[in-house]
Formats: sequence, structure tokens, C-alpha cells
Amino acid sequence: MPGILVYALHDDEGNFNKNSLGAISEAAKLAGEIGGACSALVVGDVADDAAAGLGNYGAAKVYRAKGVPEGLAQPIIDAMAKVITDNGISYALFGGGLLGFEIGAGLTARLGAGVTMEVTAVKVQDGKLVAERPILQDSEIADVGYVSEPGIIIGRLNAFDAKESGGSAAVEDVEVELSAWSTKATMVQRGEQRGADVNIEDADILVGGGRGLGAAEGFKLAEELAESMGGAVAATRAVVDAGWYPYATQIGKTGKTVAPKLYLAAGISGAIQHKVGMQNSENILAINKDPNAPIFEFSDLGVVGDLHKIVPKLTEAIKAKKGG
Amino acid sequence: MKICVLVKEVPDAAVQKRIDPSTMRLDRSGEKNLNPFDTHALEAAMQIKEGGAIPVEEVVAVTMGPESAVRALHKAVALGADRSVQLTDDALAGSDVCATGYALAKVLESESPDLVLLGQQSDDGECYTIGAVVADHLQMPSLTQVIKIDVTDGKLRCERQAEYGYDTVEIELPAVISVGDAINEPRYPSLKAIMGAKKKPLDNKAAGDVGIEAGQVGEAGSKTKVISLNPPPAKEAGEIIEDEDTNETVEKIVAWLDERKLI
Ligand SMILES: Cc1cc2nc3c(=O)[nH]c(=O)nc-3n(C[C@H](O)[C@H](O)[C@H](O)COP(=O)(O)OP(=O)(O)OC[C@H]3O[C@@H](n4cnc5c(N)ncnc54)[C@H](O)[C@@H]3O)c2cc1C
Repeated sequence: MPGILVYALHDDEGNFNKNSLGAISEAAKLAGEIGGACSALVVGDVADDAAAGLGNYGAAKVYRAKGVPEGLAQPIIDAMAKVITDNGISYALFGGGLLGFEIGAGLTARLGAGVTMEVTAVKVQDGKLVAERPILQDSEIADVGYVSEPGIIIGRLNAFDAKESGGSAAVEDVEVELSAWSTKATMVQRGEQRGADVNIEDADILVGGGRGLGAAEGFKLAEELAESMGGAVAATRAVVDAGWYPYATQIGKTGKTVAPKLYLAAGISGAIQHKVGMQNSENILAINKDPNAPIFEFSDLGVVGDLHKIVPKLTEAIKAKKGG
Repeated sequence: MKICVLVKEVPDAAVQKRIDPSTMRLDRSGEKNLNPFDTHALEAAMQIKEGGAIPVEEVVAVTMGPESAVRALHKAVALGADRSVQLTDDALAGSDVCATGYALAKVLESESPDLVLLGQQSDDGECYTIGAVVADHLQMPSLTQVIKIDVTDGKLRCERQAEYGYDTVEIELPAVISVGDAINEPRYPSLKAIMGAKKKPLDNKAAGDVGIEAGQVGEAGSKTKVISLNPPPAKEAGEIIEDEDTNETVEKIVAWLDERKLI
């Protein structure tokens, strides 16, 4: 059976990742077109109901590897490789996220499989899957096919939407023997939240701050501007990792996805991993001193200049306008 | 311990990158440079060496690429690597991720490193995956996007962001670690180091020297094939304002916001 296997990631409370559910729905659709079925793999102590519930998104079958820990890629590579080989599965599909990249890459080596990543769409040609993979900072889209099976497809964040179809999946437990090297990395702490817990998802207006703010103190400018418009402040991974701003405000691949009425990016280059978290904003305004910054390719208004000169005056002007 | 750092020569950031339609491969003509993400991996290696928590005998820069890629190795050596290894072979041209990861693993195997470090991505390929491919071939534990490495009791304690926040992971050596660009601020090479770089030992290897099977690399060994290239869906180009007179710029921004009822 030319099946498609999806890895369904879950958090410590057992909630499945939205991007994994999207990948299941996408795989179910594609499997229908190539005459196969979609299955999912879960690891760890996932309850029967929860595993079977993936059927609601399109999985016909769920393989459950209870003995395999969640959160690190290599044990999951062992599990996926076994399920793919034992069941003659043709493709593995991953929703956007970090772990999917690592698992997909490991499977590439393990199974001698072709891999595509940051895939934004998948189509069927002559009964085979073809991945649309944006390259060169999204300036071109390559249609990439596989010369052999299995093929590995790693989606971009939010590329695939979860669709509830009703239904329940058959759950099959699998015993997986872990490779020696898969047990040499141990999770000490998972999912630590650093910095204040801030809610940015409900804001209509977001001022995003990046490395261009210069230092943690630079966020004062972003905060004052946001306040003048009644908005909140968001950030890039670069500044969150640098400890300038709390993790809860991070937008992008390993952060949040937002779609406010206005996203005002100050000192943000517009890397793809940031873009995927904010590109659906209604209006995007970017201030950046580099005229070649990628952010200008997807902003509605681009201002080329020094934010340290522009932002304080803009805050004053907005305050004056609102006051008057 | 021996640290190998994977490096790559990429088109300079200022060069407009394009695909050669006749080969479907990246056109690599024009100015080139050491992949900027690799400088963070080199810096991480130097900090482990200088940190002294574990004795480091050698830092070796390793690349796969055409002859011209030797310049990336010179830069890597100027940044602190003790010597370098270059894998060059016509048979490798056109390798996809699967084939490249295999070839790199083979050349690394010939060095028996205790730690392999690499950058989070290459500026041109944007694949983010090579570290994990190499690790599985080398049968070593691995983690990518690492922003902090501490060496304690001969093990690595690494931190990185994943889907749900920051993860802290303990990893035994030998291991393969790809580092994020927030891990450090790479140093600038001294003039003396730049001048001395060409004198440091450089090993040239062909595919056969490290046991690479010809059928597993290059176009023949690649498992993916680019069928066609298409422009992305057209998006209306945004308006651009160059800031010459800031008062005027601000007026224009406010008008734009006002028009859209955002203030
Ligand atoms: C697996 C993976 C996951 C990732 N996940 C995320 C994620 O979730 N979110 C995320 O944001 N990133 C993520 N990244 C990182 C991403 O690739 C970029 O490195 C990051 O978004 C860059 O942040 P930045 O724009 O603040 O910094 P930079 O890229 O350094 O950009 C700073 C910008 O500021 C401009 N600037 C500097 N000074 C001024 C000034 N005075 N006035 C105006 N402009 C100025 C510069 O021209 C530059 O364009 C991820 C990367 C990987 C590989």
C-alpha cells in the first residue's frame, strides 16, 4: 500500500501539535489521490482515546510506540524507520516545526531517502508526490520529485491546515528497539518558558522588534510606539535568544503565529522562520535601514531608514494625532 | 579531544543568487565567502578549547566543495582551526541532502572526531538538516539549533528552543551539534592569523580516499530531482519610502496608518 506516515508531536500534557494535525489532514488527502492510506506515529504514553482521535483528522491507523520518549529526534527516527520499513510506507510527511526537521533528516540517512524541507504545498503527479519547495529566500519555487521510495517531506510552519473529518483510527502498539546512539542524549528539561508570560495573540496591533533595536533597552522604543497605538510588542528569535525580550513574545517557526490588523516590524530582517509566523497579518509595515532586507519583499509599506530616528518621532506624531 | 567543524563556501550575501536553468543547480559564479553561520560553529569550538573544561588537542575545519572552496578553509583556519580537510571530487557535483550528508559523514569518519560542530544553516541551501543526516550516518547523538553548550564531566549540556520553549539536553560524546547564531559573537581574525592561514596543514581528499561509493553521491546518488522552477505567486509590491527628511517620513507613515484606520 503506498501509504503516508505522519509523526504526531505532543506536549507534556498530551495535546497534539496543530502543525502535526495539519500534516495528517494533508497526508489523508494525498493518500486518497495515490490510492493509499494515511497513518500516524505517536510516541510515549498516549492514551487509547487520544491516539484513536487522530482519526478525526484523517489518520486511518495510528502506530503507538509507548517505549519511545517524546521530545528528542533520534529515538523517534528509530520508531519511524521501523514502521516505514515493516509496512512498506511510501512517504513520511512532517508538519512545520523543529523536531520534524531533525527526524526527517535522520530518516534520510537511515533509509537512503530523498528529503525536501520548508515545503509549502504537495501535489500528485503520475501517482507520485511532488513537493513545492521555495528556495533562495522564497524568490523561486522548485517542484521536487523523488526518484525512489520512501520520500521524506518536511512542511513549512502553517503550510497544512487541520481538517476535522470525523472518524476514529485503529491503534496498533509497536515495539521499537532503540539504537545505541539514540539513548545518549537525555532531556533534562523540556519547554522551559523564559521571561514574563505575555499574551500577544489577541492584539490587533503588534510592534515587532528585532536585532536592529540594538540592545534590550531598545525595546523601550517599541513599547512606547505600541502603547501609542494601543498595541503589544512581539519579537524575533534572535532577540529572545539574546535575552532582550521574553520567549512568550516570539513570532515564528519556534514561536507564535499571529495575524493582527497591523504588524509593524522594527529592525527585523524578515527571515523565513520569522515570516511564517506573521505573513498573514492584514497590514505589514517595516522599518529597516537595509534596502535589501527580505522583509521589504512582503511588506505593504517599507520604510528604509534608521529606526532610532524614525520610531520616537512616529510615536510622538501618533500621540499628537490621537490627542488632537 | 578532537573537534571537527563543517564549513561551506557560499555566494557572498551581496550577490543576487540564481539557479542555472540548464543544470537546475545554484549558479556559484561571483564573489564567495565563508558561510556566515559557520563562524558561530568555529567560535563555539574555540570557546570549548579555550574554556579548558575538557582538553582539546585539535580543531579541524572540514569542507566538501570545488577547489575554490579552499578559501573558506583559509578563513576557518584564520578564525582558529589548527588544520583543514577538503573533500573535492567531480563525482560529488549535484549531490542532494541525502548524498551530501553521506559524503560528509564519510570524510568525517576518516578523522574520528569526538565532536562535530556546524552552523544552523547554509546561506545558500537553507536546508537546516545536514547535521542530523551526518549524525545518523556516524551513529552519534545529535542536537540542532543549540544556543548554549557547557562541558561537564565529559558530557555536553546543551540548550535550544524547540516547539514548546527552551529544552535542556545532556549529550554524551562523540556527538554532532549544529549551533544557532545566538550562541556567540564570532571573533574577528587577527591580521597575523590571516597571513598565517595558508601555512597551516591542508589535506586534500578525493571521494575514493575516504571510502565514498560513487553510486551514492552526485546526481546518480541523489534521491530527489528538481522537476521545474516556478516564480512564487505574484504579490503586489509594497510601497517604499526612503527616509530623507524624518518629519516628512513620519507624516507619510501616519497618513498610511490613518487611511487604513489603524490609528
Ligand atoms: C530552525 C530555525 C527556527 C527559527 N525560529 C525562529 C522563530 O521562531 N522566530 C524568529 O524570529 N526567528 C527564527 N529563526 C531565526 C531566523 O532565521 C532569523 O535569524 C531571525 O528571525 C533574525 O532576527 P532579526 O530579524 O531580529 O535579526 P537580523 O536578521 O540580524 O536582522 C536585524 C535587522 O535590523 C536591521 N537594522 C539594524 N540596525 C537598524 C537600525 N538602526 N534601523 C533600522 N533597521 C536596522 C538590519 O538591517 C537587519 O535587517 C529560526 C531559525 C531556524 C534555523
